[in-house]
Formats: sequence, structure tokens, C-alpha cells
Amino acid sequence: MTFGTILHLTWRSLRNRRATAGLTLFALAVSVMLVLGVEKLRTEAKASFANTISGTDLIVGARSGSVQLLLYSVFRIGNATNNISWSSYQALASHPDVAWAVPLSLGDSHRGFRVLGTTADYFAHYRYGRRHALAFAGGKAFDDLFDAVIGAEVARALGYQVGDAIVVAHGLGGEGFAAHADKPFRVSGILAKTGTPVDRTVHVSLRAIEAIHVDWRGGARQPGLGVPADRLRGMDLQPRQVTAVLLGVKSRFAAFKLQRWINEYRGEPLLAVLPGVALQELWDLMGTAEAALAAVSIAVVAAGLLGMVTMLLAGLNERRREMAVLRAVGARPLHLFTLLVCEATALAVGGALIGLGLLYLALMAARPLLDAHFGLFIDIAAPTVRDLTILGAVVLAGAMAGAVPAFRAYRQSLADGMMVRL
Amino acid sequence: MTGPVIRLEGVQFRWRPQESPVLDIPLLEVERGERLFLQGPSGSGKSTLLNLLGGIARPEAGRVEVLGRDLAALSGAARDAFRADHVGFVFQMFNLVPYLSAVENVLLPCRFSARRRRAAEAAGGLASEARRLLGHMGLNENRVDGRTVAELSVGQQQRVAAARAMIGGPEIVIADEPTSSLDAEAQERFLALLFDEAARTGATLLFVSHDTRLGGGFGRALALADINRASAVAA
Repeated sequence: MTFGTILHLTWRSLRNRRATAGLTLFALAVSVMLVLGVEKLRTEAKASFANTISGTDLIVGARSGSVQLLLYSVFRIGNATNNISWSSYQALASHPDVAWAVPLSLGDSHRGFRVLGTTADYFAHYRYGRRHALAFAGGKAFDDLFDAVIGAEVARALGYQVGDAIVVAHGLGGEGFAAHADKPFRVSGILAKTGTPVDRTVHVSLRAIEAIHVDWRGGARQPGLGVPADRLRGMDLQPRQVTAVLLGVKSRFAAFKLQRWINEYRGEPLLAVLPGVALQELWDLMGTAEAALAAVSIAVVAAGLLGMVTMLLAGLNERRREMAVLRAVGARPLHLFTLLVCEATALAVGGALIGLGLLYLALMAARPLLDAHFGLFIDIAAPTVRDLTILGAVVLAGAMAGAVPAFRAYRQSLADGMMVRL
Repeated sequence: MTGPVIRLEGVQFRWRPQESPVLDIPLLEVERGERLFLQGPSGSGKSTLLNLLGGIARPEAGRVEVLGRDLAALSGAARDAFRADHVGFVFQMFNLVPYLSAVENVLLPCRFSARRRRAAEAAGGLASEARRLLGHMGLNENRVDGRTVAELSVGQQQRVAAARAMIGGPEIVIADEPTSSLDAEAQERFLALLFDEAARTGATLLFVSHDTRLGGGFGRALALADINRASAVAA
């Protein structure tokens, strides 16, 4: 009965101060939204990150670091220090444990987007997310020597459509200073959006990579060596080397054995990494940033709670008479303590719920933007156990923070009794 | 139960050990159903006396008996419960919880005292009993409903407070300068209503004021200075 009374008083008292209580509630809600939002982004980014490549059992490159190999082969960040010779690639591809091998050749760009030389097998074997295969939004895989398949983001950013002609630049600089303008490509296909670096890649055949470099030696065009595009189609364009190889194995258990075999390969120093392990390693590198982000959002909640405590404390002085009246009608100091803790808890619960609501609104509003600009597709789902834990922690922290003004009210009511001498 | 409703014997109280006592009352007895006017200027220890009777302050010496119970023998929580059950208070001003309606304010004692809640329910239900008391105090429904108590005049607020002190029929009603913020006419009306209602419930009325002119209608009038040996020192 008495507790019901206190809850009723809590509600009426907060409603009476709805301007200040509302602002406090809003501040708390925003802080809760931030904390949950940061958490959501973190998990989604991590999931999206881990989903960049799947279905590939091993990534092979010249010997370097596993993170570096992952960065250039999958994320198209940075460059390989060394390539793999074609003979090593053939040895890998013909290994009895290998189900499929997709060579990757990197080093050229098109208007800021990386150009990847590969084979048509790439479109068959590359998997992302939960083993999603690449799909064509339009057109088809490359067929002709000068066909190119572009990622969704490339098509969107540059406004390309199937059939458009594009020029590939040598190296990774801007357009023009070393363009392979004499050998224009044609967009044969556009891939559906994946939310991975594939979206920002221009795919051509390995032979095409060779072809555009036929008349180049040591990074510069040889004068007088201009080979017409038509003649190239008839040339033997066997690549001499590739940058990396994606491997699928026949049985999962073979992956480790094969990895060891590659790492001990005699022909040249090679490195094979398990994508999952390398992804985890790379993510761990970002652990500090993650922790910093979490710390900032916790600080935001702390600031929100501090604001609430300030509001309750500031209100206490003008509520001394009210407390005295409650004492006179039989409230115990403990009741007043409880009243203040209830007010704080109610604000925290309200802040948590409104914050959750704001989060979903924000996610719905931000989803298309994040998807379009960062390739981050956010899954709007029911709150996770972790979200609920965070909300519970906010409410608990709110109730505990409420003990500060509550204790003050308790002391005040003991000193004031039924009559306030102001 | 027979004997006095309130009995103070050898009661001494001081705020801090090194200060002189505020109260030193050899004996004060208030009989059942009595209407006692206790006169004293501000600073004469009235508030302290009321805090002792309400069980909020404890004397450093002597006994405070209310309805035959020695308040010192009760725990703090028990004294709060005892006060809720048996004593209704009206103060000089700011009697009401500003965010509750008049009816909710009147019903507050019933929220903290099961005894008074049962009594009010037996008298015809909580809300209707509160309305009846308010009506008796000259506040019929259309004057208080739908308005926050802060919108009521001071006189109306005091009458709401009086209705609250009376609800659930507590044995003792203690009024501390309840009329000093009212004009003379309102004072008279307020006193008449208070007497009426106290007579109806048989409550003992202890009325404290600095204003000697109000003492006329009471059964007995005392000056605090006459029963408090400490007042000479304090003055």
C-alpha cells in the first residue's frame, strides 16, 4: 500500500515538474540512444567486417604479414610487396586438396577504384556474409578481353551502365597521368550490392591485365611499342605472376595441412592465412578504438545521470515543505528516501525506453545513408541480450545515483521534521 | 482507555547539548475531547513541543505519553506509524503537497495509515469521505475539482489541510497557527468549522497560536510560558 502510494507520488511529482523532468529525461534518452547506437554500429561493423569474405578457406600471397595480405587481397587497401609466380599458382591450383583456386591481380585503378584482374571463377567462388554468392544486377561476367565487371558502388558513384566504355589507369594514382587510354574497356556486368570492398572494385580478366601492360616495361610506356587492341586479342597473354590466390579446399580438415604445405613451399616464400583468423587479428588491432568508443559512450551516460542527480538535488530545497507535509501525515524518512530513489529510477527507466525508441527511429533514418555511403547494412532487429544488459545497467546506475539526492532528502527530513524553518 | 490523551511529565529538550533547554515542562495533561488553546509567541518552543507530540523529536528527559503510549518506548518507524494513525496536523501555511489534487491531499493520511483508511472507508468510501469533509469545510466539489491546490486561495488551502487532519477520525488534531495567514472573518469561519468537525468525531483539539484573541471559543487556554520553565531563560 505504502509503496503504491510512493509510486503514485513519484509519478505525480515528476509530472508536476514536467519541464525539468522532461529535459532530464530527454538528456538521458539521448545518452542511452548513443550508447546503444555505438554498440549497434560496433557489432554491425564487426559483423560486416567479418562477413567481407566467407567460403574461402585460404588466402595465399607472397610472404609478408597475414594482416597485410588480408588488407590488400580482400580489402583492397595497400599493396603487395611481392607477387606470386604463375608457376606457383599452377602448383597450388593443381594440389590434390584444392577444390578451386582463384587468382587475383591488383595494381591498377579506375578513377579511384581498384581494378582486380581475376578469372570468371571469381564470380562463382567468392562468397561474403552468410555464404552469399556474388549476383549480377545487370549484364554478365567478362567474356571478351576488354570486358569489365564493376561493383555496385563503382556503378553508382560514376553513373556507369552496362555497355559504357571505361579507361583503366596504371598504378593507383588519379586518371590521366598513365592511362591505358588506347585500350578502353566495356562494362559487361554490374554486380549487386554486397556491402563489401567488392562494391568498390572493377573486375577484369587476368589476360586483360596482361594486355594493358604488353607495351609497358618497368612502369613506363615504351615508345613505338603501341599494340593495337585488336591484335592483343590474338596474342598469348599468359600472366607471369599474380598478387594473391583465393583457395577452396575439398575438405575442411585439409585446410590446415594445405596451409602448412604452402607456408613451407620450396619454390618461393609464400604465406597462406585462414581468412577468419586474419580477420580477427585485424579486428583486434582496432580494439583500442573500440574501447575508446565504448568509454566515450559510457561517459555520455554518466553525464546524463549526473544531470539527473543535479536536477533532483536542486529540487530538494524547494521541496522541503512538501517533504515536511509528508512527514506530518505519517511518512517515514525512509519513505522519502524511497520516493527520491523511485523518481531517479523512473527517470532512468523512462530514459532507457525512450532512448531505445529513439535508437530505432535513428536506425531507420540512418539505414539508407549508412548503406549508401559506407556499405554498412544495418539489420534492425529486436534488442539483443547485450542491449538489454546495457539498459538494465543504466536503470541500475540511475537508481544508485538517485541514492545521492535520496540520502539528502532523508537527512533533511530528519532535521526538518514536520515544520520547515526557512 | 481512560486518563489524559496527552501527558507530558518532566519533559526537557534542547537542540544542542551546550545550549540551554528550549522546553522544560514539569506537567501538561490534555483530556479526551478537550479543546485546548496553547498561546505562545514564536520562538517559545511551540514547534518543538509539536515535534515531541508528533514523535519526530525525542525529549532528553521526561516522558511524552500520547493515548497512554510512551513515545520514547517506540522505534522511529513505530512513532511515524503512530503519528499517522492517531494525530492529524494543520500548520500555518504550505500544508499541501502541491502536485496532488485537494481530494488526494485530504486522503494522504489514509495512504500512510491503514487504520485511518479503514475508518474513512467505513464512513462511506475514501473519495466520498474526502469530499464530505471538504464540503463540510465549505469547499464543495466544483470549487476544488479540476484545480491544482496551488490555485486555491490560502484560506481554501487551510480548509483542505483541516479536512486532511480530520479524515479517518484521528483521536488528536493539532493545529499550529492555522489561521495566522487568514483575515479575521476567515479566521472565525475556520475555527467554527474546526470545532464542528472535532466535536463530530470526538477528536481532542490542541490549538497553538501566538494570537491570544483566538482563545475565546476554547474550553481551556494556556500560555506556554506558564507551563514551560525554560521560556524565561530563552526570553
